[in-house]
Amino acid sequence: MKSDITLTVDGQRYALTVDNRVTLLDALRDNLGVTSAKKGCDHGQCGSCTVLLNGRRATTCLAFAVAHDEADITTSAGLAQDGDLHPLHRAFIDHDAFQCGYCTPGQICSAVGMLDEARQGWPSAVTAEVTSAPPLDTAEIRERMSGNLCRCGACVNIVAAISEVATGRRLAAFPSAAEPRQERWS
Amino acid sequence: MIPFEYKQAEDEHTAVATVTGNSRAAFLGGGTNLVDHMKLGIAAPELLVDVTRLPLDRIECLPDGGLRVGAAVRNSDLAADSAVRERYPVLTQALLAGASGQLRNLATTGGNLLQRTRCVYFQDTTTPCNKREPGQGCSALEGHTRYHAVLGASKHCVAVHPSDMAVALAALDALVHVQGPDGGRAIPATELHRLPGEHPEWDTVLRHGELITAVELPPLPFATRSRYRKARDRASFAFALVSVAAALDVTDGIVRGARIAFGGLAHKPWRARLAEQALLGRPATDDEFRASAEAELADAQPLPGNEFKLPMARNMLVATLRELSGDDAP
Ligand SMILES: Cc1cc2nc3c(=O)[nH]c(=O)nc-3n(C[C@H](O)[C@H](O)[C@H](O)COP(=O)(O)OP(=O)(O)OC[C@H]3O[C@@H](n4cnc5c(N)ncnc54)[C@H](O)[C@@H]3O)c2cc1C
Ligand code: SF4
Ligand code: FES
Ligand code: FES
Repeated sequence: MKSDITLTVDGQRYALTVDNRVTLLDALRDNLGVTSAKKGCDHGQCGSCTVLLNGRRATTCLAFAVAHDEADITTSAGLAQDGDLHPLHRAFIDHDAFQCGYCTPGQICSAVGMLDEARQGWPSAVTAEVTSAPPLDTAEIRERMSGNLCRCGACVNIVAAISEVATGRRLAAFPSAAEPRQERWS
Repeated sequence: MIPFEYKQAEDEHTAVATVTGNSRAAFLGGGTNLVDHMKLGIAAPELLVDVTRLPLDRIECLPDGGLRVGAAVRNSDLAADSAVRERYPVLTQALLAGASGQLRNLATTGGNLLQRTRCVYFQDTTTPCNKREPGQGCSALEGHTRYHAVLGASKHCVAVHPSDMAVALAALDALVHVQGPDGGRAIPATELHRLPGEHPEWDTVLRHGELITAVELPPLPFATRSRYRKARDRASFAFALVSVAAALDVTDGIVRGARIAFGGLAHKPWRARLAEQALLGRPATDDEFRASAEAELADAQPLPGNEFKLPMARNMLVATLRELSGDDAP
């Protein structure tokens, strides 16, 4: 059984017909040829399929595409604009925060979403006082990024890269992921 | 995965009628548990009724100081809600202790309550499991029991309920509102899930087609002092070995009120009423806290391989109550 849906992916609108069994991840990769999001575990356990789904980070391997008709999706590749890398892409390169790079698109999307959540004052499991909006120290970044597993042991550099974006000069140039695309990273 | 029909629910009534009318139909929330089970071959619905776009995505403050949470509210939004953070910090902490940021953005309140056990044999269709197929036998009994139940289990099933949120809701005396083919009813969160008994295939008291519409949190002033603690095999993004949700009211060093529930110990969130009774009117000391834990766990029947859960549960309860009774408590 099939359904007609519309997805906007990295700013481009697609109309497609999917078998109801197709996940958002498979629709991106197999139906649309958008291979930025990676398939790792296919069971919600590794985070490599993370994208920004209507502005929020979400895994796509346990989401049926048909249930996300009209969704606006940004993948790691789509975070770059006019050939310019996103500040997080740059920070990952500067800190050598990947080895095989397989988990990286998911890490990047998760980090963008996580920084946005932190900006909205969301607490995390390591926040001592949940009524507060905690600063993003290493413990907070680690906890908030724990849904993304890297098999290569580059995790220390991932935290360093995100930390720089969260606390350093790059923060000023960091608009919300939920803002309209064209206004980002200008 | 077998082919299936997909429908967006138009309204509650039609959603209930549609699922009621087809024994192979299921509601779809965020899909983070159901889709996994469809991939694993544990669930094979032929019709999915998506309830995430129903107007059940609101959190309302009630006049009596309580809160009404729509069934389609995402776990991340519920955890971040300012009223929840101020009035029921234990619920925010429980939600944030579960899954990952990107899963919580998908998972819904209704789906979280109805997620099924993470028993590895249940998830592995090549091994016998009474919960998946009644009468097959239970692989866990002769297998790896580290994660299994120490309270309320039967010889048919020793699985534990996995939800962290449900443990906090059990401690808070939440009500689960459901809509069925014959009208609505409200079920105390402590009575939604079942012990396995002879029918481990039934996780809850819900009938096929009953839709969770909302969860209601009654006012509990002393819940501003409440806490969720979770022990697991890695620091984050793992299910509980043992967890505890507690709220404590201490005046002049005496316990005036206590709400306690354990996760990871039983087939359902385990409301610790014996421990609560043991504490009432007693001084807020470590000895009393320990005695209350012993009272609750006296009838526990650990399996070879999970005896550690008893001292773990006791120590976690003592530490949590100590923290809640301290001067610098939240
Ligand atoms: C890798 C991983 C780690 C996780 N770790 C944790 C953890 O540590 N702690 C924890 O608590 N959880 C954890 N989870 C589980 C996660 O919290 C649940 O999968 C999620 O909450 C389920 O919500 P959902 O909306 O996605 O439900 P769905 O998967 O959509 O549905 C689950 C069940 O509920 C039914 N349902 C959904 N909505 C309704 C409704 N309104 N009325 C009636 N029936 C309904 C569905 O038919 C289905 O049977 C983890 C999940 C994954 C994949
Ligand atoms: S413990 Fe329950 S869920 Fe696990 S194998 Fe035994 S019957 Fe199945
Ligand atoms: S592929 Fe989606 S979480 Fe692993
Ligand atoms: S860099 Fe290889 S998995 Fe992370």
